[in-house]
Amino acid sequence: MNYIGEHLFPGQLGHFFVVLSFVASLIATIAYAKAFRTADLAQKESWKRLARTAFFTESVSVLVVFVSLYYIISHHYFEYKYAFTHSDKSLQVEYLLSCFWEGQEGSFMLWSFWHCVLGWILIWRSKDWENGVMMVLSFAQFCLASMILGIYFFGNKVGSSPFILARNEGFFDSAPIFKDVTNGGLRADYLTLLKDGTGLNTLLQNYWMVIHPPILFLGFATTIVPFAFAIAGLLRQKHDWIKPALPWASFSAAILGLGVMMGAAWAYESLSFGGYWAWDPVENASLVPWLTLVAGLHTNVIYKQTGYSLRPTYFFYIISFLLVLYSTFLTRSGILGDTSVHAFTDLGMNVQLLLFVLVFLVPAFGLFAWRYKSIPTIVKEESTYSREFWIFIGSLVLFLSGIVIIAKTSVPVFNKLFGTNIAPPEDPEYAYNQIQIFVAIVIGLLTAITQYLKYKDTPKAFFAKKIWIPTGIAVVISLAISFFGHISYDKKGYGFLYAIHLAIFASVYAVVANASYIWLGLKGKIKAAGASVAHVGFGMVLVGILLSSSKKTVLSWNTTGITPLTADPKAKGNAAGDPAENITLFKGQPTDMGRYMVTYTQDTMNQADRKRYFEIDFKAKDGSEGFRVYPDVIKQNKGMEGFSANPSAKHYWYKDIFVYITSFQENSREDTSSYRSRAMKVGDTVFYSNGFMVLNSVGKNPERMKAKYQPDESALFLDITVFAKDGRRYPLTPGVALKGMQLRELPDTVLAQSLVVKFNRVLDDKAGKLEIGIKESAAITDLITLKVYEFPMINILWLGVIVMVTGFIMSVLQRIRENRRGALRVS
Amino acid sequence: MKKSHIAILVCIAAAIVVLISYTGDLTTYETIASAKEKEGKFVNLIVKLDKQQPMQYDAVKNPNYLVFTAVDTLGNNIKVVYHNNKPTDMEKSERLVLKGRVQGDHFECKDILLKCPSKYKDDPKANKDIPAANS
Repeated sequence: MNYIGEHLFPGQLGHFFVVLSFVASLIATIAYAKAFRTADLAQKESWKRLARTAFFTESVSVLVVFVSLYYIISHHYFEYKYAFTHSDKSLQVEYLLSCFWEGQEGSFMLWSFWHCVLGWILIWRSKDWENGVMMVLSFAQFCLASMILGIYFFGNKVGSSPFILARNEGFFDSAPIFKDVTNGGLRADYLTLLKDGTGLNTLLQNYWMVIHPPILFLGFATTIVPFAFAIAGLLRQKHDWIKPALPWASFSAAILGLGVMMGAAWAYESLSFGGYWAWDPVENASLVPWLTLVAGLHTNVIYKQTGYSLRPTYFFYIISFLLVLYSTFLTRSGILGDTSVHAFTDLGMNVQLLLFVLVFLVPAFGLFAWRYKSIPTIVKEESTYSREFWIFIGSLVLFLSGIVIIAKTSVPVFNKLFGTNIAPPEDPEYAYNQIQIFVAIVIGLLTAITQYLKYKDTPKAFFAKKIWIPTGIAVVISLAISFFGHISYDKKGYGFLYAIHLAIFASVYAVVANASYIWLGLKGKIKAAGASVAHVGFGMVLVGILLSSSKKTVLSWNTTGITPLTADPKAKGNAAGDPAENITLFKGQPTDMGRYMVTYTQDTMNQADRKRYFEIDFKAKDGSEGFRVYPDVIKQNKGMEGFSANPSAKHYWYKDIFVYITSFQENSREDTSSYRSRAMKVGDTVFYSNGFMVLNSVGKNPERMKAKYQPDESALFLDITVFAKDGRRYPLTPGVALKGMQLRELPDTVLAQSLVVKFNRVLDDKAGKLEIGIKESAAITDLITLKVYEFPMINILWLGVIVMVTGFIMSVLQRIRENRRGALRVS
Repeated sequence: MKKSHIAILVCIAAAIVVLISYTGDLTTYETIASAKEKEGKFVNLIVKLDKQQPMQYDAVKNPNYLVFTAVDTLGNNIKVVYHNNKPTDMEKSERLVLKGRVQGDHFECKDILLKCPSKYKDDPKANKDIPAANS
């Protein structure tokens, strides 16, 4: 049956090239394996030519698949399930790419694309390692292509194709409107009824989500290079791959680290994790490979310089890539279920994802175990005064810290395997922090000291002479931070607070020692200072994490009295605990918030990005500053009601103030109620629907209401207390101001009670009888609820990331130069 | 024995100690009935929102006070008090994971995880009402 208006060609084209890339990568794998195994030079060359041709076909296919899917999404062909479920017509152009990585298929394609790019650099640069390395990479491409294949083999579905049509997936079966009344099938013109897709998840409509996934997946993709070198090295029993692998490992660490931290920046700006890091399984799963990769990078350097630590280098490079695969399994299989908010959903490919891990894990570990004995080691022990010994200890600590993190993250996997029902601890973040703070201390100290040790052995006099300057500076700076920085995170007891102070010293020490090493050790040779710069950046990251996390404060503590909570929300032992973090603002009504008076002034709807922006005005009480922030909300899509909120921030160099709308209520009803008049005198009580009010006194030109009337007016104010049914009291001071014959009414409101009271007139001057008007409005005003957080010193963290990545890139260039010189010397 | 071997053993021992101590912090998923038996203990409940019962939340009166009734798969229910803002889309979510402890007659909730059917999911059923809404 033909359906009207469908565009089947791009999908067929895309699917054909998916299959082609699947086949081509298989051919490339086999041909590279043949070229790798054959000793005969002529045969080797011919296999290699075939392999390169296959890999070329594969690369072109991946590109065509990519372009086809982009074409479908950007032309809004909603007959395709991918376009229907991940995009809509109102989406801005810049987010069309984000639609790719909202689904699993698109992110697999992204990964595959980076493998192609890396593959061509490897073919160009890696000389006699090409066959072995490309064999592994092509096999990974084969596995990735199978993920988007969507073909049935013997009744088992392999992969999930991004080019399937929505109508084949039963999307319209349950909607009678699509039914053809004559035969009960789908109407031929169903597309005319299908106006729009379900849209891109509102959380992903953020510029970080355009650039973070490509960088992160480049990071994931690069981990295969050291892995592939290691596997090829084990097979050939040649170990000189560590030289070409070293710049790759540095590059991978740079990009993976950058990708992870961009994710943190996104989490920070969208506050979807309540900060930049929440130890969410999705975050952990990408951090842990980075830790082991950095460990491997360091042991690689040791081996290159001294001949020690070759076995750990093999192990770390292998485990890093396997951990990337494992993290793929964790985040995509849906196994994280109740523990992560941000994992992909299950596509029913769990078995395939598990196989993806095992197909690399089993042979890699098997090969490593088999060849273990033949990997050369040095029998003589490292000296305690040698750099290699302490670098090795540092790598070991990084590795074990990663193992501890991944073990905790894997709790849902254990549950699945053993049928247990273990849940995360009460304070899951602290469960990580209390351990990792000690890792930070150890790593900080090692990062600081180890540069001042020499390889093999260090003359003690040399070490003592050089180390005391940075030590002294670091002690002074960190003491200054400890004493004047108001680090008072005592929620978890003093032990943890001391650990924070210690960690601040260790990380400051790392920064200072490595910065001064550029002059003390390297005599200012910046070209050779990549490692030092990266270490400085890493130290800054630690400092930034420690300062910002231990000093994060909530500004929006509910202090307005608009709360039935009697206990102090900050008091210990209060059942409500901390979360009285929301404060309600009424439009136009300044509200007290710590150092600021805060007003919600207005809101507007922006048609271009479909967001409603709220203008929130902050004025410091001491008059020193004032600023406005514009948090927004965007209507949820995908069949969900409600809104998703984007915070807005005021950035200072030393802190950020984040404002986040938690709910808003619009006054949609007309205000039709009118004033009811009541006569009363001082001491009288008048009832209203939700309580009563007492007139305490009448004041003429009262000093405290001075702001409300002009100096040349004479004013009369009533001091009334409102007692609501629930026991809360509100002050109310309606009044009038008189200038000549001109009377100005100054009504007062209790917004929380939707109550407006005005002072009508004096009925009987002698008896003190007055008339007031009471109005109870259905909805007086618009209101919003918001949270305001202050994050101090976060910029040290972001700057640290930039410095660290710069350092990594510097050392990549430095290693490439070294390798080139080394190659010249040999030839 | 080499120094590096000793270091490896020490570190591995430390890691094991850390992981064992972690198991002490772990909590459990409970049903409402079993959570009531363990009053005061921090537990995780997997429940649904009982839509028959009224939900109490008024940002005007108190933005940090939400009361609703949760019902689990066994049909038991419990009043839940959550001292925070009402999570967006709570009514639509298929499943709630509540973290907190039973206190007297109610469940004092510290955190709510929403499991929305369509958050990242391409669930055909979730799209049932879309075409009608768009046509």
